[in-house]
Amino acid sequence: MLDSTMFRVTSSPHIRSGETTQRIMLDVIIALLPALFAGIYYFGIRSLIVTIVSVVFAVATEFVMQKIMKRPVTINDLSAVVTGILLAFNVPSTAPLCMVAIGAIFAIAVAKHCFGGLGHNFINPALAARAMLLASWPVRMTSSAFLTPGTDAVSSATPLAALQAGMLNGMSGATAATATAPTVPSIMDLFLGNVAGCIGETSALALLIGGIYLVYRGVITITIPVTYIGTVAILSFILGGFNPYIAVYHMFAGGLFLGAIFMATDYSTSPMTTKGQIIMGLGAGILTALIRFYGAYPEGVSYSILLMNVATPLIDRYTMPKKFGEVKRSA
Amino acid sequence: MNIRTLSFKGGTHPPHSKEATEKLAVVKAKSPEVVVIPMQQHIGAPCEPIVKVGDEVKVGQKIGEPKGFVSSPVHSSVSGKVIAIEPRLYSGGAKVNCVVIQNDMQDTLSETVKSKGSLETLSADEIKEIIKDSGIVGMGGATFPTHVKLALPPGKTVDTVILNGAECEPYLTSDHRLMVENPQAVVYGLKALMKALNVSKGFIGIENNKPDALEAVYNAAKDEKSIEVVALKTKYPQGAEKQLIYACTGREVPSGGLPADVGVVVNNVGTAAAIAEAINTGMPLVQRIVTVTGKGVKNPQNLLVKIGTSFREVIEQCGGFSGNVGKVIAGGPMMGIAQYSVDIPVIKGTSGILILTEEEAKLPEPSNCIRCGKCVNVCPINLMPLLISSYSLLDRFDKAEEMNAMDCIECGSCSFICPAKRPLVDSIRVAKREITAQRKKAQSK
Repeated sequence: MLDSTMFRVTSSPHIRSGETTQRIMLDVIIALLPALFAGIYYFGIRSLIVTIVSVVFAVATEFVMQKIMKRPVTINDLSAVVTGILLAFNVPSTAPLCMVAIGAIFAIAVAKHCFGGLGHNFINPALAARAMLLASWPVRMTSSAFLTPGTDAVSSATPLAALQAGMLNGMSGATAATATAPTVPSIMDLFLGNVAGCIGETSALALLIGGIYLVYRGVITITIPVTYIGTVAILSFILGGFNPYIAVYHMFAGGLFLGAIFMATDYSTSPMTTKGQIIMGLGAGILTALIRFYGAYPEGVSYSILLMNVATPLIDRYTMPKKFGEVKRSA
Repeated sequence: MNIRTLSFKGGTHPPHSKEATEKLAVVKAKSPEVVVIPMQQHIGAPCEPIVKVGDEVKVGQKIGEPKGFVSSPVHSSVSGKVIAIEPRLYSGGAKVNCVVIQNDMQDTLSETVKSKGSLETLSADEIKEIIKDSGIVGMGGATFPTHVKLALPPGKTVDTVILNGAECEPYLTSDHRLMVENPQAVVYGLKALMKALNVSKGFIGIENNKPDALEAVYNAAKDEKSIEVVALKTKYPQGAEKQLIYACTGREVPSGGLPADVGVVVNNVGTAAAIAEAINTGMPLVQRIVTVTGKGVKNPQNLLVKIGTSFREVIEQCGGFSGNVGKVIAGGPMMGIAQYSVDIPVIKGTSGILILTEEEAKLPEPSNCIRCGKCVNVCPINLMPLLISSYSLLDRFDKAEEMNAMDCIECGSCSFICPAKRPLVDSIRVAKREITAQRKKAQSK
């Protein structure tokens, strides 16, 4: 005889997929590892120290904020770890540790939790913190802070700064790029990451490996990265005087791969539909190219993404999918 | 076999979990001592009992007379004596009037149970009448009276009948086994439906994770020029009516509309087999195949069960519970209804009894929506479940309505896929109920 216990009653569905927020964040962390190794390889062990400091402060801030706001502590979802790594990837390896800590605290406390926490932030926390650091410590965040890979020597310029300086000096992009001046790296060095720059942004190869992993795992789709990088390449080709070299140079230089694969695809701050994601990629690509070619500041990726983050609610509203059955009723 | 493979947009891939019963032939369940037959086993008005306590009834005898057009008669599944007519709990969650019959184990047939002739001699109206009198309702689980589907509103014409053999719900194998073991009845039922509606095109759609069913039905329909057996991609909710119509015909049922709006009538393969039985032997719908499965039951089986048999008896015939039982579900895991008691009868829409262990029944704690958009991608209706849900949770039902909450088919794909384990379809259901209530209120003003 079966006993007459009362069984559990809930609304259907009664089974759930194995997908969890934690697993998604873990995938992102795994995807970021190649770029971290590249950063350590090119800029030394201090890259790792900066990353650890950033992660520790990000997670600790999340814990403290959730305690203060009397909300459940969710540091186990690993989202703060992701933010911490991304912030570290956006600063030079020479960055003072207290500056990194302040950036991490700002990212989590202000950009994330002041707006409701995970999923509710309207701009990418790591990029917001980078913008804050750039405004507060410009010298620590720009050219004089960047190391030449493999040395302790401070480099004079990042690849984009070198390119821009060449252009400002009246040289055409082509001559600047093909000239044997030591400040303009080769395409291969750019692709591998053997150039001056922030910890996680220089190696397009390492970032690409991470991106392929994320697409394979279904964490992101290729829509935003492809439209974003593609738009920058095409516009650079046109604005650079129809020079394919300039187009390729712009694709691999600066933070484009990091931004396009890991930051512009941030769930909370990017559109949800494919149509919206194409607009996101196009918009960020156009802004990046315009800033790089006409702006005073050589890097355009972070501000482009931040601007598109702010436009995301609007994009989502105008790209609502057409519901099934929204057809003319037959008489 | 030359079979097309079709599908729809969106959807998800829950584990099939059909291994336990998909190869098991249907076994006749033991006749129960007592049956409890609800007067409402269908969508629509309940039936009025036409027997009294103390009456002798026979197998196939009508015991409930439908009140109203959208309703369906109820027949006795056993012969014996009526011992009570009273409200009892059923799988819909409420109490409904039930006729309780003490089985005399004689299986004496009612005089009304005799062959109604052949398809060649029966007219369209006669077929519709047989379907109505035999208490046939949608056996996929929705239990909409079949004769109502066949009574087209004036001005509507249909040119296609589709039989739903997708059985996209995980765990369930009752339709699968029916198609493998009795494909002739399925094809015969389809031909009856096509004749009743005077249409010349019939489809039988079967998910391609059931190659044996596809082959059996394909062979049974080989000589029927007007019937096409199609394979459907194994994807949930492939058996949802509008998704099935789209897959087979490429037609989109308009929002808020019925299949007849695009010239189609859809029926379950089980319903078709019941129609075949009603015509050939005259036996009304008094039994059905029930898949009893899940980790929480000892010997999973496909049983042919008399309507009114209690879940308790059915589960006991399958060896009883195994381990700690957490949930007993009438139907499948995606859309089935969880039951707090096993003292409820099997009814016409009980396609399965799924028993989950305590471990499986535990629902994960929801966390913040991370806006990953997975629910948007899987929604077969192209809705934005996360937004409708958040409006619903804020009691902003007006906004939920604007976001097309009423178009939701409650398939549960969004809740299934959600990495933050949010109660998406639950909250959308709440919104739909509120919107319906408000619309009614507005109408009555």
